[in-house]
Amino acid sequence: MIEEIGTTELGELVVNLGPQHPSTHGVLHLVITLSGETIKKVEPHLGYIHRSIEKMCESLSYRQFIYVTSRMDYLSSHINNHGCALCVEKGMQIEVPPRAKVIRVLMDELTRLASHQLWWGAMAMDVGALTPFFHAFREREAINDIMEKTCGARLTMNYMCPGGVAFDLHPDFQREVKAFLAFFHGKLDEYDELVTDNVIFQGRMEGVGYLSREDAISYGCSGPTARASGVSCDIRKLSPYEVYDQVRFEEVTGTGGDCFARYKVRMGEMRQSISIIEQLIDNVPEGDFQAKTKAVLKLPKGEFYSKVETARGEFGVYIISEGATTPYRIKFRSPGFSNLSALDHMARGHKIGDLVAIMGTLDLVIPDIDR
Amino acid sequence: MDVRQTFPGQVHPTAGGGILVTKLDEVINWARSNSLWPLVFGTSCCAIEMMSTASAKYDWSRFGFEVARATPRQADVIIIAGTIVNKMAPVLKRLYDQMPDPKYVIAMGACATSGGPFFYNTYSVVKGADHVIPVDVYVAGCPPRPEALLHALITLQEKIRSGAS
Amino acid sequence: MNPQELKQQLEALLPSPTFEEGGEWTTLYTDPATWAETARRLRTTKVLDLDYLFCVTAVDWKTHFTMVYHLSSTTHRHTLVVKIRLDHEHPEVATVSDIWRTAEFHEREAYDLMGVVFTGHPDLRRLFMTDDWKGWPLRKDYEDPVNMIKL
Repeated sequence: MIEEIGTTELGELVVNLGPQHPSTHGVLHLVITLSGETIKKVEPHLGYIHRSIEKMCESLSYRQFIYVTSRMDYLSSHINNHGCALCVEKGMQIEVPPRAKVIRVLMDELTRLASHQLWWGAMAMDVGALTPFFHAFREREAINDIMEKTCGARLTMNYMCPGGVAFDLHPDFQREVKAFLAFFHGKLDEYDELVTDNVIFQGRMEGVGYLSREDAISYGCSGPTARASGVSCDIRKLSPYEVYDQVRFEEVTGTGGDCFARYKVRMGEMRQSISIIEQLIDNVPEGDFQAKTKAVLKLPKGEFYSKVETARGEFGVYIISEGATTPYRIKFRSPGFSNLSALDHMARGHKIGDLVAIMGTLDLVIPDIDR
Repeated sequence: MDVRQTFPGQVHPTAGGGILVTKLDEVINWARSNSLWPLVFGTSCCAIEMMSTASAKYDWSRFGFEVARATPRQADVIIIAGTIVNKMAPVLKRLYDQMPDPKYVIAMGACATSGGPFFYNTYSVVKGADHVIPVDVYVAGCPPRPEALLHALITLQEKIRSGAS
Repeated sequence: MNPQELKQQLEALLPSPTFEEGGEWTTLYTDPATWAETARRLRTTKVLDLDYLFCVTAVDWKTHFTMVYHLSSTTHRHTLVVKIRLDHEHPEVATVSDIWRTAEFHEREAYDLMGVVFTGHPDLRRLFMTDDWKGWPLRKDYEDPVNMIKL
């Protein structure tokens, strides 16, 4: 039902949580039907950042379309690029050299850390605590500086390409990452002390936005959202790619299914990412950073699907090729799209403050949803 | 920096103190430029660099952009950080109309300047925010570095101080 | 369950299924008339238990449309791809949003961008484009001289 803003016949109030709102998740328009202060229905209106990426990719070559996926989920831009590169390599049967595989995994995990840091800061800001925002950005700047020396950009780096990575690691990379890890270890405990153990924060998060295991699967949720409801769905464990089958890490799951469980899963994931980086940073193999490929790539006729685990969940790239230099049809399966469809189910019966907390723990990035 | 060096006008030293001679317009422009409050408006990736500019490393509140307001009724400058698409253009126009005068606009990033990487073969992107509202300062970059955004903000301040806006 | 066993199970379950060869996962062809029943069987049969729908794609082949559903099972960890061939003039297929709740949004997207009508959908309207947008943008014959600047 399309609700008009105003009052319905039952005396319920219909309000906008408009496209421009300070929760800085992007442009999400929610039409909320309230009875008193309790939410009866939440209806997301999308499309305020729909940039017709899938249509655009039909006219870009297989090397060019990777840059545009950086801008879809810009907080996991490396991981998105990685997914596209994997799909093209699957189609062209390109073998990636071991050095490139390890570099890709290192960059992925650093990106996951940076994304979770920003999530933590922004979510605490939504719930009302402004200080963690500055703490989170201080750590994120350290990762951005490391990325900038190697990849050339801070946010949307087009570093992965079919066959490997675009440039070799900067000579200071290992030293700087080790310094960062030494600096960041104590910070996670500081985060726990500042926010996780805070009684007010726990009161805001516990029991809010419950998502059961069956609902999480039915709504297609993935990533920390589903793992907090008990669904074991980490792509890095189920269908490992690159060197994920050779590093030791755990899949962090929870059983609570509420906001606090999702929060704990992401904090746990940060620790696992640190552990993966520590295992790999001293063992980067020597060799080529890029396999020899032709300048113009032509995928053979057929369909190729590859999935990677971004900070938000499962990102899928589905390429249908007719043998030309540009794809015939590309579909990006974005994690936020399915996670958002569970928002209405989770928010019913809560108040608007709880809705903001639920949106914060879903970790939505709207350009990823709208593509 | 001694405020008398940046405050517009001339100081004539006399016995018992000094007399400041200036034009009222210049004083008003000086005051306006040093306390521009931005509106929280980020659509896509440039919003993250805007948030970086607001946080501790590249702090923009040193220059007077202290409070980022959520409502356009209390904001002076709107920083369009991100792509504007056909569905969002009326919303942007409405926000601009709701801002009280004097108001300024900064188009941050390639998408807001001209459509950016989404220029060709897209059916839904507005090719430049200046198709919707008048823009004062354009910043290049995809996304622009926080220093570039600070440079744009300072340029806007100079533009206001010189009376061009 | 590996692709061979999955194929055997499907052959036992469904009346005369057609498969596509090649490809990473088992691919099944269905017609739009029997899709609702087939989907219910794929979801409820214990040995298949395909409870996770992770990708719904509509492809425009100029002479016909194809709907591609990627399904997987969280218990048995196998993947199945279902393809349905639709008419180009009136592409219509039954909805599966009552079986897999994620399909609500995915089908709205396919309707908005390709014009495929899903019968039985609780709320089929445009998702990304404005409500009064004319045309189906992702189709191959979509022309928009006002907005699209061709390279």
